[in-house]
Parts: sequence; C-alpha cells; structure tokens
Amino acid sequence: MKSKNLFKVAFKSLLKARMRSLLTTLGIIIGVSAVIIMVAVGEGAQREIEEQINSLGSNLIVIFPGASRSGGVSRGAGSFNRFTMKDLEKIEEQATLIKAVSPVVRSGGQVIGGGTNWNTGIYGVSPSYLEIRDWELEYGEIFTERDERSRSKVCVLGSEVAENLFPNQNPVGEMIRIVNTPFKVIGVLKEKGQSAMGSSNDDLILAPSNTVLYRLSGGRYIHFIYASASSLEKIDAAQEELRQIMRAAHNIDFGEDDDFTIRNQTEITEAASESSEVMTMLLGSVAAVSLIVGGIGIMNIMLVSVTERTREIGIRLSIGARGSDILIQFLLEAIVLSLIGGILGILISIFTIYLLNEYSTLTAELNLFVVAFALIFSGFVGVFFGFYPARKASALNPIDALRYE
Amino acid sequence: MKKVIETKQITKNFSLGDVKVHALRGVDLTINEGEFVAIMGASGSGKSTLMNLLGCLDQPTSGEYFLNGIPTGNMTKNQYADIRNQNIGFVFQGFNLLPRTTALENVELPLLYDRNNRIQNPMDQAKKSLIRVGLEDRMNHEPNQLSGGQQQRVAIARALVNNPSLILADEPTGNLDSVTSVDVFSLFQDLNDRGITVVIVTHERDFAKYAKRIVEVKDGLIVNDYQVEHRSIAKKDLAEIKKETTETVTENNS
Repeated sequence: MKSKNLFKVAFKSLLKARMRSLLTTLGIIIGVSAVIIMVAVGEGAQREIEEQINSLGSNLIVIFPGASRSGGVSRGAGSFNRFTMKDLEKIEEQATLIKAVSPVVRSGGQVIGGGTNWNTGIYGVSPSYLEIRDWELEYGEIFTERDERSRSKVCVLGSEVAENLFPNQNPVGEMIRIVNTPFKVIGVLKEKGQSAMGSSNDDLILAPSNTVLYRLSGGRYIHFIYASASSLEKIDAAQEELRQIMRAAHNIDFGEDDDFTIRNQTEITEAASESSEVMTMLLGSVAAVSLIVGGIGIMNIMLVSVTERTREIGIRLSIGARGSDILIQFLLEAIVLSLIGGILGILISIFTIYLLNEYSTLTAELNLFVVAFALIFSGFVGVFFGFYPARKASALNPIDALRYE
Repeated sequence: MKKVIETKQITKNFSLGDVKVHALRGVDLTINEGEFVAIMGASGSGKSTLMNLLGCLDQPTSGEYFLNGIPTGNMTKNQYADIRNQNIGFVFQGFNLLPRTTALENVELPLLYDRNNRIQNPMDQAKKSLIRVGLEDRMNHEPNQLSGGQQQRVAIARALVNNPSLILADEPTGNLDSVTSVDVFSLFQDLNDRGITVVIVTHERDFAKYAKRIVEVKDGLIVNDYQVEHRSIAKKDLAEIKKETTETVTENNS
C-alpha cells in the first residue's frame, strides 16, 4: 500500500469517528495541561520565595545577642549579653571577609510631622546599612559617616511612613519630631513590600546609630549587628570569622558556648523554603493524579472502541489489507491524536499561565522539561492503547476478526 | 477448461473448549472457469467453513487447496492478503461495509490496499463498479442510508472493483426479502455471463436453481454434486414478479 493511501485511510478514519477522536484528544489535553499548569504554579511560588530570600540583603549575616541553643543546653536568660560599639569596632578592624557591617539600634515611638502623626520603629544604623540590605533610595540621600560621628538629627523615612506623614509629596528637607526630638528628613526609601518574615520593610525610619543610641534610646547597647559577606561563596567562612572575633571580644574561653547567635540569610529562610517545598510536592502530586486520570481516559476510549474496531479490522483484512497496513494506520491515527492533544494541551497551559501571571496574585513559571515529559507521557499512553488492541486484532484471521463480539 | 478452484481432501477442525468440532472432513472439489456453483446444506453442515477456506479468509487444518492451479498451503499471511485483494471478490451475508463511510469510499477501499497499483484512478474504477450494480445515484450515501438490497449491491461492487476472476458469496441474500434476493441473483447471473466464476452458498433451493451446478454438503462432506437441468433466469422471474405486482395493484384499483 502506498504511504499516501495509508495517510488517507488514517485521516478518513479519524474524521469518521469524531466523538471518539475528540474524547481521546480531550484526555490528552487534560493530562498535559494539568501537569504543566500545576508544576508552573509550584515553581512560580518557589521562585517568589527565592526572591524574598534575596530581598533580605546581599550575603547577609546577622548576629543576635543571647546564647545559641543549637550547641546544647541554653545558658538561660542570666547569660544574656548585648553588644556595644566596641564589638562593632573590633569587627571593623579585624574582619577580612566582610564588605560592610552595621549596628542596629532599635527604638520606636510616636512620630509627628506634616500635620499628622504615626507610630513606627526607629532603627539606628550606619550608612552602609542600605548596601547590606540591598535597599535603594527613592528621594534624597543617606546620612554620612560625619552625621554618625556628630550624632546629627537626620533621618531617612520608609516609604509607608513617608506616605502617611507627607502624602503625595517629597518630604526631603521637612522637619519631623521623633519622640519630641526634631529630625530633618534627608531621604526616602523605595517601596519594598513584605519581608520574608512577614513584617513590613516600609514602615520604619532609619537614623545614624549614634544619634539613636544617645538621643533616643538613652542606652549604650546595640540590638543586632548586620554584616555583608564579600561574596556568597565566602558567607560560611565570613560567619566563622565573625564568630571568632566576637568570642575574642567577649573573652569566651575555649570550650565555652557562645553568648550570641550568628545566622546567615540561607539559615534564616530555611523554614520559609521548607514550606514552599511542601507546596510544590503537593501540587506535583495533584498533577501526577491528573496525568494518570487523563491517561485512564485515553485508555478507556481506546479499549472501549475495540469491538467496533476489531470488526473494522476484519473487513479491511478480508478485502486484502495486510497486517502491516492495519498497524501503520492505527499507529498513525494514535500519533496524530496524541500530537493534536499534546499541542492543544500545551497551548492551553501557556495561555492559562499567562492569565495567572497577568490577572492573579499567583506566579507561574513554564518548565520546558515538564512540557516535554507530559507530552511524551500522554503520547505514549495514547499510542500504546491505540496500538496494542490493533496489533492483537491484525494478527487474527480475517474471519475471526469479523466474528469478534 | 482451466481449474479455478481445486481442493484435495481438505479438513477443518475447530476446538470449542474441550470439544473438537470437525467442520470439514475431507472435501474434494474442483470448479472450472466460468462456472456458477451453488453450495447447499443445512446450517452447521460446513458450507460456510468451506467458503471461508476457498476465500483464503481461513486456512484448512489439512489437505491442499489450489487456486488458479497454485498451491496455497505454504503461503504467508501477506500472500493470502494479496490473493484476497487481487484474485477474489468476497460477498458476506452481513454486507460488512465500513460504517459512516460512503458507498463510493467503501468500494474504493480494496484499490487503496492494492500493492501493484494496477488501477490508475481508484475513484473512477469505484464509480464504474457502482454503475455496474445499478447504484449510480447512491454513490455518496452511507450504509445506514441504504436499504439491505442496496447495501449488498455496494458489497458486490466492492467485490468487483479489482476485476477478480472469482466471486465468492456466503449467503448473500440471507438478510434480504425474496424480491430483492432475486434481484441480487440476477446480478450474479449477469456477472457470470461475462465470464466471472461465481460460487454462492445458500440454503434455499429456490435460489440454488439460478446456478449452473449444485454441490450439496452434509456433516462436512460433499454428498451430492450435479448440473442444474432447468436453470431459472433471475431477470425473467423478476419481470414476472413485477408484472404480478402491477396486476394486483391494477386489480385493487379497479
């Protein structure tokens, strides 16, 4: 039989059994698009969390006061130590794997300005804090080392604070009162949105650490030390270096536990990524179920139509078709249906992913590996279950195929 | 005379579970070119089994079958397929047309499986074949839009389309009323007059008399084989039936 004729026979046969063709294709479409969309949503969520991790800062290392519990028994509240500017100076002098370090002095209270007031947190930091956190300015500039030394009463507003005190205007140059102390606004931060920890990175005010330390908090203690490792690869080495410096600064003997806790950004966000992995696994299993359901749909249609098709095969054999003619015809039919179903499934999932990204809060990311896998899987199911009964039937004597019930 | 069919002691056994059924128990049958043979017998006598073996739809358990003088015993499945395609036209009791497929496409089908491409334009050949069986105005009808007689005519046109030297028909009128049956037999007589060898299985003596020779089969053996002395002509019978019907109608009207 000429190949032209084979194609003709296969296509005619597909068009004649429209309902069967449609149902088979539908199974493949559902299987393929469900898998692609599910995985895309899962990966999109994971990517979003990765971005949040990165938004914490660049190669961030944070030192908290207080004993680490990971090394064994906690040393309890009595051993609680806070950091002083001396600790910071030691780090600045000795650390080699750090590109920037900043103290964080936390304060807070009522802020008055622009004819209204707002309650927010005040963070005393050094000018390199923006670099450490990878934050950018919307207006104005950050304070300088000189402001730090002279305890200048200048501040940088978070975008939410700026929006509340000075709606729709540039507050640079305005005066505000933070807990009765007048401060000059010299800059506004860009909007950053939620942090990975759930708190807002926009509802805060930054001021020189010495200013906050001596004019607002009235103490001499630093709450945290933020540092930035010189590169991502050196983050563990830098963490260890910082630990040794801090141990020396606090006169901790060999064998004694640290009186501080030191974490880097990946450790901080481990919990967050763990939950996203659970979600990806969940979506993945839903997708796998859809693929199996789609596959069973294809299988059912193919197997149910076998009685009708066995008679058809008998007729074709009785008028002189060879077994190979029948096989090639059925293989072609199955391949065409699987291809059409697969392509439609991919188009539908690409469209759905586009809709999700444009019109919903979900982020979805197309994974080409999954596209290929889904296509191959449903193609295989379609071809196998379309081909297998045909192979059996074409091996029969024509008369037995004609009598098949 | 050229021997179209020659069987030597062919047998066929089926096993139904534990029971072995001897459908044919040694049949010697020779049919020459140009013959019109009716194979008769009660149901279960083995006549359909014999027909399937003659049509290469099934293979004998033992014995030899020569088709046009060529032994078929050692042929491959593909060779059988090619014989069915090119040398034999088979007409079934149940028509066996492809559903949802027009008469023309059904008739064209054997030509699409012809490896030698003997026919240049399959569509034209299929049309000619349909015209030959008197269905020129039904070419684009699907089987479910055709009467039983018309479907059987489509099946006959399909059997004819490859210009076979032999037409085998297994109870071709079994599903048809008597007038339509006579009509179908007139078609077979017509084909036989043009030199095609025709073998028909039937269990009705009324129709067997349209053949030139009758072979009676019983319990898997040939029990009687004779020439028909007063052969009926289906066309004549048909004309008479039509006349009668017209007269009845006229009587009723007057």
